[in-house]
Amino acid sequence: MASYDTAKIDAILAKNEYAEANLLAILQDIQAAEGYLPRPALEHVAKSLGISIARIYSMATFYKAFSLKPRGKHICTVCMGTACHVRGAGRILDKIEENLKIKAGETTKDLLFTVERVNCVGACAMGPVVIMDGETIGNATANKINKVINDIKADSKKS
Amino acid sequence: MERIKSIKQLQDLEATLAAARKSDRPVVTVCGGIGCTANGCQKLVAEFKKLISEKNLGDKVELLVTGCLGFCEMGPVVVVYPQKTFYKKVQVADAADILDSAISGKAVERLLYTDAEGKKIEKEDDIPFYKNQKRELTGILGVIDPESIESYLAAGGYQALAKVLSGMKPEDVINDIIKSGLRGRGGGGFPTGKKWESCRKAADKLGASKRYVICNADEGDPGAFMDEAVLQGNPHTVIEGMLIGAFAIGSDEGIVYVRNEYPLAIKSLSAALAQAREAGLLGKNILGTDFSFDIRINRGGGAFVCGESSALIASIEGFVGEPRAKHIHMAESGLNDKPTVLNNVETWANVPLIIKNGVAAFTAIGTGDVTENPWNGSKGTKIFSLAGKVNNTGLVEVPMGATLRDIIFGVGGGIKNGKKFKAVQTGGPSGGCIPEKYLDMPVDFDELSKVGSMMGSGGMVVLDEDSCMVDFAKYFVEFLCEESCGKCTTCREGLARLKEILTRITEGKGRADDLELIEAVCETLSQGSLCALGGSAANPVLSTLRHFREEYEAHIFQKKCPGKVCKKLIKFSINDNCTGCTVCAKNCPQNCISGARKEKHVIDSAKCIKCGVCKEVCKFGAVTVE
Repeated sequence: MASYDTAKIDAILAKNEYAEANLLAILQDIQAAEGYLPRPALEHVAKSLGISIARIYSMATFYKAFSLKPRGKHICTVCMGTACHVRGAGRILDKIEENLKIKAGETTKDLLFTVERVNCVGACAMGPVVIMDGETIGNATANKINKVINDIKADSKKS
Repeated sequence: MERIKSIKQLQDLEATLAAARKSDRPVVTVCGGIGCTANGCQKLVAEFKKLISEKNLGDKVELLVTGCLGFCEMGPVVVVYPQKTFYKKVQVADAADILDSAISGKAVERLLYTDAEGKKIEKEDDIPFYKNQKRELTGILGVIDPESIESYLAAGGYQALAKVLSGMKPEDVINDIIKSGLRGRGGGGFPTGKKWESCRKAADKLGASKRYVICNADEGDPGAFMDEAVLQGNPHTVIEGMLIGAFAIGSDEGIVYVRNEYPLAIKSLSAALAQAREAGLLGKNILGTDFSFDIRINRGGGAFVCGESSALIASIEGFVGEPRAKHIHMAESGLNDKPTVLNNVETWANVPLIIKNGVAAFTAIGTGDVTENPWNGSKGTKIFSLAGKVNNTGLVEVPMGATLRDIIFGVGGGIKNGKKFKAVQTGGPSGGCIPEKYLDMPVDFDELSKVGSMMGSGGMVVLDEDSCMVDFAKYFVEFLCEESCGKCTTCREGLARLKEILTRITEGKGRADDLELIEAVCETLSQGSLCALGGSAANPVLSTLRHFREEYEAHIFQKKCPGKVCKKLIKFSINDNCTGCTVCAKNCPQNCISGARKEKHVIDSAKCIKCGVCKEVCKFGAVTVE
């Protein structure tokens, strides 16, 4: 692997005062900057804070917000909260998985899409809800979401 | 904003701001809550801004983007003051007409709410959804700008803090909260004042100078969004509540632990904290007194168990969120082993209300008599998020003791599409399903637990006749299975076994003794788990088994799913209503529907994956499920 640029990790560590108590926030900042938690970044954090990589690994795998694998350019999050569930969120997820030929939690080979499940985003009244790249789509239907996905696919082919 | 240096200066400023707010200009209020955001309200706001600047209407009309107005079902929602005209499902193209009508004072007919009898209703307060609520905490969400401290001050904000700092002793504050009967809105229902009292006493006894107050905004119950709405729409009220709590227990540091899945709330709270600091309402020597306190935000990592108080503290300390044994009380040894008070968002939001309006005003609402003991009743209001198969989904606030019927039918307008009510799920994964026969039961902390559910934080998901209770129980077990932190064997393994059993029942492979097995596993799970989440994890299963046993039996013995949900037990077919329009065949992902145009179609059961698309797209009711 090419050498990893640790400068931005140092900036994140500095922002969080190099404090072990801020480990959750540090990992969140890395995830936000990189889209996932790259191993070299975590090794650098372990070394800088003087803690074991296992300790970091336990955090990274306990909290759902983190991914140890690179994620897609577009993140499609299907809300599986109770209200969305009773209004058919499962069927929408099935259709998205069918369209992208991946399961929830996976990323397409071309790194274009990652499909994720979330347990509630608080937009229950608008369920089922799908979040596409941060934009909340209420009263979602399989057709509505697959159209958005297909549009993105078409756009990426053009460019 | 300039730093406010004294209580007197705060009161003067409030009077000035309140007077300035009484302008003659009509105010166009657009809901910026999460529900309306999902419905595209930002585009609407942009359009209003554009029109106001293009037509130079700045001095004729005012635009206000608020937090959640509650009636999510009708979103995007716009309310025009002073008439308080309510407009539903407002589209970008409607913006111009609303501006014109706000200035002329004549309502836009086509956007008015229509009631069940087809009558148009103009004013918000006359709409049954609002009329049947008691909006002590949520009413203010409609009149303030979440991102402006001036707006909160003008509406009487921080007056409770001023009252506390004008000579109340910490003990007086604690006493008021005990007497108000306020109980924790996060689910447990522990009297808030008692919690504060034991923390203050323990800390004084230990001689601890460091004490923490924490706001639990890790609203993890799927199907609940009350805390999100309050935190996003009125962050200052939570800050004010925490300030008062900190004064009462003698703390100088507060933390809000908020779900990372709530970006709008985090944004709103961050802005509010910065403003409060600038105004001298947070930081050193608040309002010129010797009281100092500040608050920081901790973002959660997406773990349900972190809503449990001791797990939440572990998470703030930078560890995985595993609960710990409760024999060490948080009042003595919480965050960083220091005395800690932890309350949820809605509880904190109630505090300024009690201090400002007085104990009597608070105890006038609710059930029981709490003069002697706060455990003897449930006082004040409760916010619920009403969702699922109900007509008026949204944020609902009712007095404690309102019946389920009041909430689901009075406010909620009954079941969607004229279907029959089957059950309501309260309390999220720790709660249970309540059947029709208990609809007239008053909703408070104690009544709900009697029927095997609990208040929880206030999620209320309504189920109709098309829901399968076994599938629903399985949904919660799957959720809990994923979210169990894994520390206790009974929770980790018990849930995995429950998932196995429920899965085979929904697949038609249930065994005759499965129900007894479920009960045995549930008992072990409840008894053997350390934290409240594990202890209550069996509730969704036990309550459905208790109230809907016949549905479980139908799955096991007749191999039928009465709710027609479980895929392995149902079969799709096409009846004589079919006109041969071919829509179902075109939409079938399996291409297993055949038939000539204008002739009855047939589904090939062998290839059918029971996705239900054909039933969804058929306009003639020709697809039946058995």
